[in-house]
Amino acid sequence: MTFEKTAKILAEYKDIDVSEISMDSTFEDLGLDSLDTVEIVMSLEDEFGISIELDSSLKTVRELVDLIDRSL
Amino acid sequence: MQFIGTGSATPELIIKNTELERFLDTSDEWIRTRTGIEERRIHDGNLEGLAAEAARRAMENAGLSVSDIDFFICSTVYNRFMTPALSCVIQGLIGAGCPCLDINGACAGFVYALEMADAYLARGHYQNILIVCAEEPTRMADWTNRATCVLFGDAAAACVVTKGGRDPLFRMHTASNPEVLHGYNTAGNCPYDKSGRVYEPMTMNGQEVYKFAVSSATEDIRALCETAGLAIDHIDHFILHQANLRILEAVRTRLHQPVEKFPHNLEHYGNTSSASVPLLLDELNRAGVLKRGETIAMSAFGAGLTTGACLLTW
Repeated sequence: MTFEKTAKILAEYKDIDVSEISMDSTFEDLGLDSLDTVEIVMSLEDEFGISIELDSSLKTVRELVDLIDRSL
Repeated sequence: MQFIGTGSATPELIIKNTELERFLDTSDEWIRTRTGIEERRIHDGNLEGLAAEAARRAMENAGLSVSDIDFFICSTVYNRFMTPALSCVIQGLIGAGCPCLDINGACAGFVYALEMADAYLARGHYQNILIVCAEEPTRMADWTNRATCVLFGDAAAACVVTKGGRDPLFRMHTASNPEVLHGYNTAGNCPYDKSGRVYEPMTMNGQEVYKFAVSSATEDIRALCETAGLAIDHIDHFILHQANLRILEAVRTRLHQPVEKFPHNLEHYGNTSSASVPLLLDELNRAGVLKRGETIAMSAFGAGLTTGACLLTW
């Protein structure tokens, strides 16, 4: 569930199809730089109603999903 | 409070992104896409001269002479004077006789100075107050760190405010979080200092600052409009601290406003700390963009973390 919601937000932000996003996608693959990552995190915070600690070492969708699950 | 004059002075030396490629592992494309900055100006060592020039231009624009100024506030984060206050140095250069002082509200310093000026004017003793923002963030930056030094530029910008007009609304917030953005002064040679501190140039967590800036600017403008009973769409100009075009765009998108309402000049100056808002204000004022009676929302954010926002009638 976390992945589906995360992928949907990523797809909307990049205006791409959700099928192009997998757990193994890296932010670099998706063309997301460090400030895009913050925008994504802020959207996810609203979506899940949580506060996510920013971590500049985040590189993949899997790491982001794990981080959200830990924050839930 | 009413604005009656604006002025600014920027260094002659222009450093383009491509120039930075010569000694930093960066590129024009990297800097432009992440910040919107194309070039910045860097002074050669005479910040006080720039500040005095900005002050003179603001007084001239207001149609006032220096003897008409009753008080002046200098907003500065860092300059070569440990003491006296930079305002005292500028006072001598412009020949002012009125009292003056410095404040450090980081990049939000102009809005803090404006709120102070508004309070002084309300007390009733002063008629005209000069605000001068003089900043040299290039001297605090770490020129070996490609993530931060490319962001900053030097500038001085000023305005004169006077009694009358409609009361502006302010929303100020300061939260102690030096970790996110800080630099350290040298300790001097006091034999009793046990901290072992040394000069350390500014370091910044860009992601944290972005998040803080976008959320606070959006929230502050919404809150000011709610207090004023004003629809956000009725604001004519949003003048935000010129730190990063991506921040401006994120705030604009969240407030559902058109591009024309979010003017910017950071592409030519970079982040000039507290000088950025009055520098843009002066540019717009001299271009005839601002019309009397229009509503302006200002929002600035910086180290502290500090924010200052203001809703005013031009």
